[in-house]
Amino acid sequence: MIIDSQRITLDTKSEHVHGHGVGDHLYVHKHSIVHDLPAQVKVVAAIGFIFIVVLTPVHAVWAFALYLSMMFMVVGLAKLHFPLVLRRMLIEIPFVIFAVLMPFFGSAPRIEVLGISLSEAGLWAAFGILAKGTIGVITSVTLAATTRARDLLQGLEAIRVPAVLIQIATFMLRYSAVVTNDLVRMKVARESRGFSATGIKHWKVLAHSAGALFIRSYERGERVHLAMLARGYNGTIIDLYKPTVVRRDWLIALILPVLAITIMMIAWVTL
Amino acid sequence: MTSNSSLEVKGLAYAYPDGNQALFGVNLNIERGERVALLGPNGAGKTTLVMHLNGILKAGLGSVAVGGLEVNTESKETLQEIRQRVGIVFQDPDDQLFMPTVREDIAFGPINMGITGSDLEDRVMEALVLVGMADFADRPPHHLSFGQRRRVAVATVLAMKPEILVLDEPSSNLDPASRRELADILRSLDVTLLMVTHDLPYALELCPRSVILSQGTIVADGNTFDILCNAALMAENRLELPVGFEPRK
Repeated sequence: MIIDSQRITLDTKSEHVHGHGVGDHLYVHKHSIVHDLPAQVKVVAAIGFIFIVVLTPVHAVWAFALYLSMMFMVVGLAKLHFPLVLRRMLIEIPFVIFAVLMPFFGSAPRIEVLGISLSEAGLWAAFGILAKGTIGVITSVTLAATTRARDLLQGLEAIRVPAVLIQIATFMLRYSAVVTNDLVRMKVARESRGFSATGIKHWKVLAHSAGALFIRSYERGERVHLAMLARGYNGTIIDLYKPTVVRRDWLIALILPVLAITIMMIAWVTL
Repeated sequence: MTSNSSLEVKGLAYAYPDGNQALFGVNLNIERGERVALLGPNGAGKTTLVMHLNGILKAGLGSVAVGGLEVNTESKETLQEIRQRVGIVFQDPDDQLFMPTVREDIAFGPINMGITGSDLEDRVMEALVLVGMADFADRPPHHLSFGQRRRVAVATVLAMKPEILVLDEPSSNLDPASRRELADILRSLDVTLLMVTHDLPYALELCPRSVILSQGTIVADGNTFDILCNAALMAENRLELPVGFEPRK
């Protein structure tokens, strides 16, 4: 009855996994001056910087070159790998395609470039989207790579983003893994009954799965809400661990937008 | 191999992509028509083993054969045939039931096997009758009680006429009446059965034979009654009978 089986051990390459929380797949764990800044300070600096970039006149090409080099410096200070940042910036591609189309459809006057007639205004608009978009994306990528998701939420709360929005985002973070697990188990159950999605004729099945997942998640949401009410939830969640911010944090973080606002002013004046 | 084997697992070892090894050489042979309980503590590798039986996971080493056909995750045709032969009833019926009506959900598997028309209709009704749910064919699954959903989940798999029925925690979350009704249904089926369970009285009631999976290998295989009465073996593998339950009675 008792079996003494021989144990077969497989050669496995075990990966180093750092203790990240849920939704932290964008976070890159490093110790740097950028990582150490409190989240709300970084959020304010990043949003301020992006607004200033957007408000800069497109014809001031030199200003955008400066903005970009400033962000490269931040990336360097954060000890992030440039290839990683560049890879994550690929998210911008749909906008690039849009920008590339603009010179072809823009209004007169038109200019000849390599024998193709292009709209001058369209070219400038395309440059504007590309430059402002790229700088915005690199800023967001850097923020996400240096700030844990839950710190980001606390930061947003600290700068008075409505509590309801924060709670929705918090729950999204918390339950995305749960819903993903539901999705994976449903997929395994489907495949166990001989299903494999290969083309458009299987979309109906996938649509039904999506519907079933929606109902499950919705019902789970109701259960979670009831469980919260049962523990006295009254619409606010008090955060126990408030990050402390000192004046020095603000001074460091605001270097970026302050430099940028100076550049923007010069750009407008010299135009 | 013996021609009468429903399931033959040989030297099965598996490690998850993160390097965590779950199975360390599992050997298990189940004859046609047997009812076997797969026992073991949480984290023993039971679910991982089940995922190999129909090729959801690909063996790191070793092999699995169902009714003499070896599971080959590379071949689509083999995989399709294996998934018809191995019917898995998952623990949470909500993972399994997703179509708008019970009827459509039961038809889902047979349709994937290429069955259509009146054959399909016959299979669906036959499966529903087997689990006593024929009156609920046109109801949406999410309006049924938990026990009814579990029975429908069993029917979705029975409609594929599997060689072996694999149940993951069939009695979990059922009220005592539903639990007994499901036992009656399972006993009435003419099919090989592998039941993963922590419910030891249920195993004793339904399965003459039990195997214990512990730390990724089979550590015991024999008569369910003998295993449940072996206090040392039970304790060693974190298995406990409910308070007051005495298998000898």
